[in-house]
Amino acid sequence: MSEKTSEGRAAAAAADALTAELAGREPAGVRLDQVSKHFRGGVQAIRDVTLTVAPGEFVVLVGPSGCGKSTLLRMIAGLEEVSSGRIHIGDKDVTTQLPQQRDVAMVFQSYALYPRMTVRGNIGFGLRMRRVPKEERARRVDEVAQILGLEHLLDRRPAALSGGQRQRVAMGRAIVREPQIFLMDEPLSNLDAKLRVSMRAQLTLLHKRLGVTTVYVTHDQTEAMTLGQRVAVLRDGVLQQVDTPQALFHHPVNLFVAAFIGSPSMNFVHATVDAGAVSFAGVRIPLPPGSPLADGGRRVILGMRPTSLSVASEDGAPRLTVTPAIVEDLGDERFVIFDVDAPRVDTDATRAAVDAQAEDDALLVPLDRATFTARLPATTPVTVGEPMAVAIDPARLHFFDPATGEVLQ
Amino acid sequence: MTTTSETSTRIRSRWAPYVTTVRYLVLFALVCVFLIPVYVLLVTAMKDPAQVSPSRMWNLPDSFSVDTFGEVWPTLEPGFRNSVLMALPASIISSLLGAANGFVLAKWRFPGADVVFPLILFGMFIPYQAILIPMRELLTDWNMVGGLSGLILVHIIYGLPITTLIFRSYFVTISDELIDSAQVDGAGMIRTLVFVALPIALPAFAVAVIWQFTSAWNDFLFGLVLTSTDSWPVTVALNNIAGGQVVPFHEAMAAALLASIPTLLVYVLMGRFFMRGLMAGALKG
Repeated sequence: MSEKTSEGRAAAAAADALTAELAGREPAGVRLDQVSKHFRGGVQAIRDVTLTVAPGEFVVLVGPSGCGKSTLLRMIAGLEEVSSGRIHIGDKDVTTQLPQQRDVAMVFQSYALYPRMTVRGNIGFGLRMRRVPKEERARRVDEVAQILGLEHLLDRRPAALSGGQRQRVAMGRAIVREPQIFLMDEPLSNLDAKLRVSMRAQLTLLHKRLGVTTVYVTHDQTEAMTLGQRVAVLRDGVLQQVDTPQALFHHPVNLFVAAFIGSPSMNFVHATVDAGAVSFAGVRIPLPPGSPLADGGRRVILGMRPTSLSVASEDGAPRLTVTPAIVEDLGDERFVIFDVDAPRVDTDATRAAVDAQAEDDALLVPLDRATFTARLPATTPVTVGEPMAVAIDPARLHFFDPATGEVLQ
Repeated sequence: MTTTSETSTRIRSRWAPYVTTVRYLVLFALVCVFLIPVYVLLVTAMKDPAQVSPSRMWNLPDSFSVDTFGEVWPTLEPGFRNSVLMALPASIISSLLGAANGFVLAKWRFPGADVVFPLILFGMFIPYQAILIPMRELLTDWNMVGGLSGLILVHIIYGLPITTLIFRSYFVTISDELIDSAQVDGAGMIRTLVFVALPIALPAFAVAVIWQFTSAWNDFLFGLVLTSTDSWPVTVALNNIAGGQVVPFHEAMAAALLASIPTLLVYVLMGRFFMRGLMAGALKG
């Protein structure tokens, strides 16, 4: 036990030393200015992305596979050419610079460790290529190894490491360079679920300590929400919304972001607004006071989070009588899945968002009717097939234009 | 060990013992067929000159003697030395250049790579005879006929298509992220090749060197045409021993055996490299 704490102290001291070194440098931000990418053959991977990452900020690029997030990251690294637009790192325009000229370090999904080098060689490679003197190199490699708990593995080859250890070596290789920007391309996706959660926390801690500007790519919205100070949602190469996780969750700008962020996903249903209320499946929910939708009638797509549904009580909140089809018990809460007597919302946007998390959404339910998920406390008595009343929180409704998918506010 | 006792837990067909026996008998018979020339080579080389005759070629010698090896060595030695001096640089340089070619064609793509690669491969299908005369003319102009330098150059160039193919095929199997990673770490094309790609490519290097060494060593035509007496390679020397009016079979066989040792040696020394998986651990899991 005492050995463990002394080890921890050493790691903390090493981290402090590194922090002090990094503190001497002015952190740099990244600025993408109307960046586009066309691949040969006409595929447009990135369309006019403008994004500013503040110095020291942790920004996550998230989106379903094929949305261009990795391409965008590789463009910042210089591994992919920009078709139009400019990229700045700090005050410098790096658009036409080679990767080795940009002061960035990258962690790859496959880790990409050099198989014929030891852990020491792997971590020190970037310094060696930059002609850092031998003694300084050794000192910095030791320091980083200590932070990441790799001291006893320094002379091993990657083949002799476990997945988690390889991941840490890949991190070490980036950290040791003390770059202006960290770029991470799904660095946790090859770890098992438990290790991923603990590495996620480690990453947040590490970013707090080192304060290096980080751009992180993932397809996992949970990872995005937990890691990012700001999250940029991409779809088909177009930036949808860049905001804090809270804002993305509570104020999505369109149907895609609403469907993509949050787990379980937001429930959607076609509804009608008329005379100050929105109605679907025989329920009328009065609009909140001052809603711009109040005058005039129209069709909308109504969205509500699984958490804005609750067990109906006698407080007069609008209620829906439903028949639970599936109950998923998670211990202290349960997901109750039921269908609603209203047409299902099936647009490109919701499909794209749901495909990305298909593992959560393999449902055996009627396809022509809307399916809702409610997140209820485990104390709620629920029986499959037995009708129950569910209350809807009128303050937490989202309205979208059925034609454009944009939010109506 | 295989056992047919009742306690055996192996999953196998009940015909398995017979199938295995038949399989090994067939394989053994084929090995014997392939080894017949080697048998004749060995026994003839060890026979007394008086015993050597085509009618008795299958017989074992009355007494085994290695004297013949000592007798042919002085005749063979200059050619042997020339061949070593020629085949070593020819195979190593050709493999290094092939590695650079293969790396660029597989991992450092440039516009037109898809045209260049087939053109290089095309070189494999040009027969020696077709270019023999222009080659000799050209090398004469360059003053490279007679010594070993011209021969080395020809073997380096003639080896490029196959070494390029070997290395390109190898490099396409390694992850692009490895190369990307080296770039981000600050290595340019040359340093990525030297520090990252080549160390992984040892198996390909072994294959290329074995191949190149063997083909340069075994070449007779270029050796005969491009060198003068002093620089004749071992194949020409061997031909001179075997090519007289009366063929001294025991000497020819002994010389052939000696001449084949280096290629066998290269295979034994380098063969183990491509038995090993050197990529293990580069990527996840």
